[in-house]
Amino acid sequence: MNGAHDLGGMHGFAAIDQAQIDQGNAGNFTSLWEEKVFAMTLACGMLGQWNLDQSRFARENTDPSNYLNSHYYEHWLHGLETLLLEKGVVSHEELKHGKKESLTCFSSIKKEDVAAIIKQGGPASLASEHEPFFQVGDKATVANFHPKSHTRAPRYIRGKNGVIVKHHGTHIFPDEHALSGTKIPVHLYNIRFESDELWGAGSDGSVFVDVFEPYLLASAAKLSAN
Amino acid sequence: MSDNHVHHHHSPLSEIDQRVNKLQNLLIEKGLINQEAMDELIDTYENRVGPQNGARVVARAWTDADYKSRLLRDATNAIREMGYEGRQGEHMEVVENTDSVHNLVVCTLCSCYPWPVLGLPPTWYKASSYRARAVSEPRLVLQEFGVELAPGVEVRVWDSTAEIRYLVLPQRPVGLEHWTAEQLSELVTRDSMIGVALVSKEPAV
Repeated sequence: MNGAHDLGGMHGFAAIDQAQIDQGNAGNFTSLWEEKVFAMTLACGMLGQWNLDQSRFARENTDPSNYLNSHYYEHWLHGLETLLLEKGVVSHEELKHGKKESLTCFSSIKKEDVAAIIKQGGPASLASEHEPFFQVGDKATVANFHPKSHTRAPRYIRGKNGVIVKHHGTHIFPDEHALSGTKIPVHLYNIRFESDELWGAGSDGSVFVDVFEPYLLASAAKLSAN
Repeated sequence: MSDNHVHHHHSPLSEIDQRVNKLQNLLIEKGLINQEAMDELIDTYENRVGPQNGARVVARAWTDADYKSRLLRDATNAIREMGYEGRQGEHMEVVENTDSVHNLVVCTLCSCYPWPVLGLPPTWYKASSYRARAVSEPRLVLQEFGVELAPGVEVRVWDSTAEIRYLVLPQRPVGLEHWTAEQLSELVTRDSMIGVALVSKEPAV
């Protein structure tokens, strides 16, 4: 979705000042509620009722002015409440009053399971029989597309040209993963975009972005040619 | 300071505290979360997993050429070799700073960050200003962090849009050839591994 979370290139934000840099060195959390939201989000995520892409969509899918005006962990809290309701883990009444009304069939993770769950992580790589459409060194163009659902193609690369610098193998396609939970493996490339292609003449340097094959125009063209 | 989001009409802290406490009580009452497990999650990222891990990886790469070549070729496994792996570090890439290239890492869409080697991201990394500007005006952002690059140095920005997580291998300070990896790791800051700082010969405070 073209939400406020898709910030790359947006203007008007203040410079990063020393107070922010110092705050960044002062600890992970600025208040107790942030710590709680962080831990609740991880613990509830470990119930296995939603995936990371659904989590991201739940956080970004909000009124843009609300997104920009709320604290980072408020995005997490909004996302967590949304998913708990959507997946029927808690009811609206329960959330409103903070009181249990029905029994649950889920059981919480235990302290002794935490280390193993963190160590295991959740690899996004997934084998595919399909050959990659692109080779390292190929030019590629990102499609000009605007889904209202979750995507990991930031607006600033859409319609832009780049060069494939690395093939990461096949990973779960986040757009479909967020929509239906289905894990579809697609090729993932690192693409180098020159800054003047992205931001206009006079920009130097380059931006490297991990791009899923279905976002690329040439792959769509090659698909229809087959 | 638009990123601090101070609300003016009511007391935001108490309101959000109440909302969070209500949710926490409900989830505990329903048996969906467990306070001990929550404390363990917080303790893991507050006290055990943090940039000291990444600093050890960097210092080893500076002092062990074979390790450095493994790290640049297959970062996930080279980092796992040091005992760091798992959540938000499943697919790692290390990008090397040189005399001619400076790397900078951002996640414009959210806050993707290599947890096993750096811990949780600092507030500015998650805030709008950094996410908006790191890709479009990286030299200006670097200046705000006190990093002035020579005009000939190429800036490469890495936007973590997929599940690949990036760690910058900063340049080793010159003149410390006799230092051990352990000593060198004390100099490596979190910010230098994001790419918003250089490593200096003075130990990090």
